[in-house]
Amino acid sequence: MSILGTRVLRTEDPRFLTSGGVYTEDVVDERLAGACHVFFVRSPVAHARIRSVDVSAARSAPGVVAAFTAADVEDLPAIKPAGIMNQQMTRSILASDKVRYVGEPVAVVVTEQAYQGEDAMELVDVEYDPLPAVVDPAAALDGEVLLFEEAGTNVAANFGDAGQLDEHLFDECEVVTARTIVNQRVAPAPMETRAAAAAWGEDGRLTAWIPNQGAQGTRAGLARLLGVPADQVRIITPDVGGAFGAKFGADPEHALVAWVARRLGRPARWGETRYENLISMVHGRAQIQTITIGGLRDGTVLAYRLEIVQDAGAYLKIGAMLPTLTILMTPGPYAIGRAEAVAKSVVTTTTPVGAYRGAGRPEATAALERAIDLFAAEAGLDPADVRRRNLLPPFTEPHRTAFGALYDTGDYATALDKVLAAAGYAELRQEQAERRARGDVVALGIGLASYVEITGMGDGEAQAPKENATVEVHPDGTATILTGTSPHGQGHETAWAMLASDELGIPVDKITLKWGDTDLIPEGGGTGGSRSLQLGGGAVRQAAQELIEVARQRAADELEASPADLRFNVERSAFEVAGDPDAAVPLASLAQEERLLIRTVFSAPGATFPFGSHVAVVEVDTETGKVVLRRVVTVDDAGFVLNPLLAEGQRHGGIAQGAAQAFVEEVVYDGDGNPLTASFADYPFLSATEVPSFELADMQTLTSYNPLGVKGIGEAGSIGATPAVQNAVVDALAHLGVRHIDMPASPQRVWEAIQAAKGN
Amino acid sequence: MRVELSVNGQPRSDEVEPRLLLVHYLREVCGLRAANVGCDTTSCGACTVLLNGTSVKSCTVLTVQASGQEVTTAEGLAAGEALHPVQAAFRQEHGLQCGFCTPGMVMAAVGLLAENPDPTEAEVREGLEGNFCRCTGYHNIVRAVLAAARATAGSAAEPDPAAGGVPEEVGA
Amino acid sequence: MIPAPFDYVAAESTTHALDLLDSLGDDAKLLAGGHSLLPMMKLRLAAPTALIDIGRLAELIGIRADGEELVIGAATPHALLAASDLVRADAPLLAHSAAQVGDPQIRHRGTIGGSLAHADPAADLPMALVALGGSVDVLGPGGRRNVAADDFFAGYFETALGPGELITAARVPRRPGASWGYQKFVRRANDWAIVGVAAVGGRIALANMGPVPLRAHAAERALAEGATAAEAADLAAEGTEPGEDVHANRVYRMHLARVLTRRALEHRT
Repeated sequence: MSILGTRVLRTEDPRFLTSGGVYTEDVVDERLAGACHVFFVRSPVAHARIRSVDVSAARSAPGVVAAFTAADVEDLPAIKPAGIMNQQMTRSILASDKVRYVGEPVAVVVTEQAYQGEDAMELVDVEYDPLPAVVDPAAALDGEVLLFEEAGTNVAANFGDAGQLDEHLFDECEVVTARTIVNQRVAPAPMETRAAAAAWGEDGRLTAWIPNQGAQGTRAGLARLLGVPADQVRIITPDVGGAFGAKFGADPEHALVAWVARRLGRPARWGETRYENLISMVHGRAQIQTITIGGLRDGTVLAYRLEIVQDAGAYLKIGAMLPTLTILMTPGPYAIGRAEAVAKSVVTTTTPVGAYRGAGRPEATAALERAIDLFAAEAGLDPADVRRRNLLPPFTEPHRTAFGALYDTGDYATALDKVLAAAGYAELRQEQAERRARGDVVALGIGLASYVEITGMGDGEAQAPKENATVEVHPDGTATILTGTSPHGQGHETAWAMLASDELGIPVDKITLKWGDTDLIPEGGGTGGSRSLQLGGGAVRQAAQELIEVARQRAADELEASPADLRFNVERSAFEVAGDPDAAVPLASLAQEERLLIRTVFSAPGATFPFGSHVAVVEVDTETGKVVLRRVVTVDDAGFVLNPLLAEGQRHGGIAQGAAQAFVEEVVYDGDGNPLTASFADYPFLSATEVPSFELADMQTLTSYNPLGVKGIGEAGSIGATPAVQNAVVDALAHLGVRHIDMPASPQRVWEAIQAAKGN
Repeated sequence: MRVELSVNGQPRSDEVEPRLLLVHYLREVCGLRAANVGCDTTSCGACTVLLNGTSVKSCTVLTVQASGQEVTTAEGLAAGEALHPVQAAFRQEHGLQCGFCTPGMVMAAVGLLAENPDPTEAEVREGLEGNFCRCTGYHNIVRAVLAAARATAGSAAEPDPAAGGVPEEVGA
Repeated sequence: MIPAPFDYVAAESTTHALDLLDSLGDDAKLLAGGHSLLPMMKLRLAAPTALIDIGRLAELIGIRADGEELVIGAATPHALLAASDLVRADAPLLAHSAAQVGDPQIRHRGTIGGSLAHADPAADLPMALVALGGSVDVLGPGGRRNVAADDFFAGYFETALGPGELITAARVPRRPGASWGYQKFVRRANDWAIVGVAAVGGRIALANMGPVPLRAHAAERALAEGATAAEAADLAAEGTEPGEDVHANRVYRMHLARVLTRRALEHRT
């Protein structure tokens, strides 16, 4: 009986539950003995020239080892934006002439003890000449206030040509509706904030402990920031307390910790406070979207246009590039005859924007699903019927969209029907009608979302998606796997062990997984973009299979038989001569004389496209505007489910984050660029009382792109839940004339929408 | 100043700054690093431990305030090899992913069940309103606490793997 | 995240605490549960040079009946107050209010004295005390005095406590069987009230509608003159000065005050 597809409890759990995970702040290592503590003095203003930075008082405070300003780190290279983005928008690792967001690091203070840091920071005196802030991306576009004078513009990148939009796109439509909506800025806010610990060896190499989503990428990023060759850097990845896209690569702070350690000739450590995290870890989403949709009165959608202004924040991180993925997924799961999309990324005096669970794809789905509902409302049709009418029919051969995405397999209509049945859609509409007839103060809303998303992408156009794994069987019957993935809660220790166990016959709890140490595993793509199972898991399985073939040859020699006559008995973890089970040799024994290991690279033909449909049920108190989320029912089809326990956990987490964006969470700045949600008291981080238990329905449409038939599940939940919940809130108030409410559907925003619809 | 207290049943006597937060005393002085610091505003609960058997956020307790008292951390829950019922339930129900919130969440759950041994789902969610999790969406955490309650009460009822659905009215 | 340095002393009695307050001066603060003070100190919004711990003084912890009143020791944690059979019978609004503060861990440490002395107009217990028409027992260099809740909150985070004075107890009238209502409007469970309303015995108190917990006098008068709950509630926002923040602007707060007052007058929680 194969272990694949079964609910295997996590092998990593006992240590997390008893002694706790060992996160970067927990690391005790002789290489870090005597470490000093690094603190960052950060700008309290959003946009200003720096007149002076005086660290002299700080330098003589108790326990202060050193204090540094931009002048001290002049040897570090300027940080240039990647790829096609505006190359004039460079960043110095410590702000030198200007600051461009509240929270930008301006000076570094180093102390003997952690508790002395904040005392010393209070003594650093920075004088700023304030400049006007620009927080609204639309205002940034007009360029009146420039963040980078040399650039002459605040536009960081253009995607597509707004001048090429087809003014006749909607000519044949009987019904057309358009609206500008906001996919608001949110904070990834993993429970573990950023951190770093750095020590330089006598060989001149840096060892850095950094929580990350891919040690190899973090090594490359850190080396670039420090201006050193990558092979001079070793990244060790401790346990990571969540990441959600925000812990890729390396940040200025990480590099400065390493620089301090080198400069002072002693190890250095940094642990970010939550305040720092909420203003200086990258933010997510932050798109203004103009959606136009049109079609026939019978509900057929004929045309759709998406125009995006991406708020990049003050400095260009991957967030500025994510519109490419949004645009790629413009038509979603629908057969829309004509669709077009354009985008621009613009800098503002706010925290830089990066990747956050879904990274560009939730934005596409949120826009499209809102558009579908707006169209349905305009045409007076049931939103489920409109979706069903327009979904692509099921396909098992890859389907290429007009935007160049090659969807592998899909059955969108079944996903929709399944979720509607699981939710009891007809009964919900009935209850809604009854409440409306009674004039209930508490309105019921039912929201839908159908989505398709892209997972397991390759690294750029030319590169096929791939990942490496090494599997070794030891003489004592245990095994070790080295992976290029980078788990931070996804359970790879268990999942990769399951895959190896299924091939090798070694029990899951005798298999150890290693990752995240670049000296041990110099190559790898990390964990993000929902790539790990299909690529990393695929590599593990492939390596185990290849190992069996190597072992087969050794077994043949030992048993003096022909390899073709040998059968590998997984239950016994042994090779047997066919027809003579007593002539057998255990797999482990074949590792005795010579190591038995295989390193392999698994390549996939392309990205895969999980899909699904969500139904959200909300209650809206029409007197106060308060939204209560009652139910979220989902189908999230990511192909074969390797371990239902882990897959459900990923869906739950994604659904909660997706729902949180729809009605609870938002990053808020005032007009001067001051962050107003810079603590967990002010940032409305979702707690257990805001969400119900979720209802997950099972559907597995295998991909043909890998032998397991798996796609990526990590982000799907968040992609479907956001528009489902937003649509539910609007649906609840449709009878009052409300057509749209921007996210989050906070009580005030909902109440104001009701008032506006009443004409108040 | 000198402070004497008991940590996981072991008496301790240490010289500390008055401003040393209990969470840092436990982590840096006692070497018990399961409790984590996750915020600055007494919001997230990752630092939750038991003080004289009741759950507290150790980031907002001065070590000196705990003098003469008993602190229990996640490391002190399991008896030898066997997991405490709450820990076992968290494993069984996949109530943890990255694990950062977990020690605090487990201690909060232990505190909750000590005061309310047979909570409803709504009571569990309210009881954990001071503990944030970013990974699990709380779904399996709630299942774990309910399972632990059943296990501790000796009930034979099995958790329903397909459970979902509508909680009772939560909050005012 | 780390408070500025300070000295710490555990008071051995309330008399000792008074002596310490006197000798250590204005920069010393009292510490009970520390769940109003320590969060401020961790953000360096407060930086007292000395803390006088009264949190474990038995004389300040506990709930008793005293004739027509309940007396709640200043260092009584919210959890104890919320669970007290006596309070739930004779002043259930107060027990309910204590159960709304923060979350369970916070309620195990935070105290009524600390909450009243902190005087956050958005907090639960100050509003509850004003609604109940309770009072505060104060001990100071000049001896003992009792201050009515209506007179205790002087301004934004400011009380009628003079230099060297401390709260020894809160008092509320015993009214078993009196109907009451309580509304705490939040975005998330353990938030402070965006707007709060507590109503009992013809009194209506509002949280977060001004610099102190306010009485909705116009609404109270209307009620006394026979208005319905809805009619009286329409006047709930009169005389209030609500602030604006990320959660709510003035107009919305005033609307909430009216809606929540009606619900509180309908005895809803």
